Amino acid sequence: MSATTADVIIIGAGAIGSAAAYNLTKKGLSVIVLERSGYIGNGGSSRNGGGVRQSGRDPRELPLAMYGVKNLWPSLSEELGMDVEYYQRGNLRLGKTEEHLRILRGLTQNANECGLDVRMIDAAEAREICPYLSGEVIGASWCPTDGHANPMLVTLAFYRAARRNGARFITGCEVTAIQKSRGRARRVVSSTGEIFEADSVVLVAGYDSNAVLASLGFFVPMSPLLMEVLVTEEMPPMFYQMLGTAMADFYGHQSSHGSFVFGGSSGYEAYNRNNGTPVSSSITAPSMCRAVLGYFPALSEAKIVRTWAGWIDECADHVPVIGLTDEVPGFVFGCAFSGHGFGISPVAGMLLAELAAGETTTLDVSAFAYDRFKAKI
Amino acid sequence: MVVINDRSRDLGPFMPADDDGLIICRCEEITKGEIRRAVHDGMFNLHEVRRFLRCGMGLCQGQTCGRLVRSIVARELGTPIAQIDEATARAPMRPIEMSVFAKEVEDV
Repeated sequence: MSATTADVIIIGAGAIGSAAAYNLTKKGLSVIVLERSGYIGNGGSSRNGGGVRQSGRDPRELPLAMYGVKNLWPSLSEELGMDVEYYQRGNLRLGKTEEHLRILRGLTQNANECGLDVRMIDAAEAREICPYLSGEVIGASWCPTDGHANPMLVTLAFYRAARRNGARFITGCEVTAIQKSRGRARRVVSSTGEIFEADSVVLVAGYDSNAVLASLGFFVPMSPLLMEVLVTEEMPPMFYQMLGTAMADFYGHQSSHGSFVFGGSSGYEAYNRNNGTPVSSSITAPSMCRAVLGYFPALSEAKIVRTWAGWIDECADHVPVIGLTDEVPGFVFGCAFSGHGFGISPVAGMLLAELAAGETTTLDVSAFAYDRFKAKI
Repeated sequence: MVVINDRSRDLGPFMPADDDGLIICRCEEITKGEIRRAVHDGMFNLHEVRRFLRCGMGLCQGQTCGRLVRSIVARELGTPIAQIDEATARAPMRPIEMSVFAKEVEDV
């Protein structure tokens, strides 16, 4: 590998880009990772709820989530040489009304049809799992194999391990175009005119992938959706399940450190002040507090220490675009993860590395093909 | 601020120092030595050091230690402090109970 040439160039140093880089270095390939911002994992990778969730997934995406939970997550800390705070303590989705239970039964049935162990439980069993639930909770769905991890640590752990294996990460390097040579993706051009070259180019740049895809004449139908989160002070260990509700009015978990991390919404996520930086809105955190306290009154004295926001690269059909295309050999798609990318990041990184290395993928990725989007008539 | 940053830049070997045990982030009890080691592990700015070690993520949100961490990172990288971005300030300015924050509207 020279300073600007490698076997594979990855555009985007998030959790999935860093995971792909790590997997490629393990195959003995040379890798350059180019990141526009000054920071590793500055997009959705450090701005997500940390869910390692199988329940509630689209049937196309579920095999990736299940593969990860079975084969990659349990040993990830050991593999990467640092604790990524993975907990497999199950996912409780809570309901307070008959209408909520009807929604939960529907989700449970869908999950069971896909072969995932999710079941409905009554209020007593839910309280046995989590004694802090409000008395208003009348039932829940329960997926015992779901969990959560620390997204910032997962991203940095993949980065750290890939870097140690020789992957070259360059931050502050904005890619403006991918150029072809003899019909294959080959050259990657930066905003300062620097040219990098590789046999394969992987694009994992979240919503901003479209700006780079344009240089190849591609477009993925996705839009930036704001997500907001609040973090409490350190609390005594209370419960380590992943939590959600039938109405999806909040979700969250307690971290190793003791903070609770809760995500939620105000209802105005599609209309946000997109000035290039995701900004928390003043009405969302209070809305989330009301939602959380409606289910966990025991947290009323917990202090909020910070709030933050991030962009979800929301795809038209809510599942990612992963794969190759005959139109440009040597180019690998990896975007539009639609807010569920973190939980499948180790799997997505593995698949992207296999695609970039020209190998047969461990899991079938045909459902994620770029050319799946058809007009309505 | 974006400075083109080659993360494979050679920082030389990590040299232990007498004051490595000094606590820099009081909220999370992170020492100077841990911060210096994180830089050698590839964490080249405040955002990454923070996410990696939790310094500046406690009750004061880095209002006490932010400057110190910034100068330690700059020195370890051998770059002027002005090239190290400050950490992002995030609402609320002071810790607020959920029950208080929730009362942004009436009739709660």
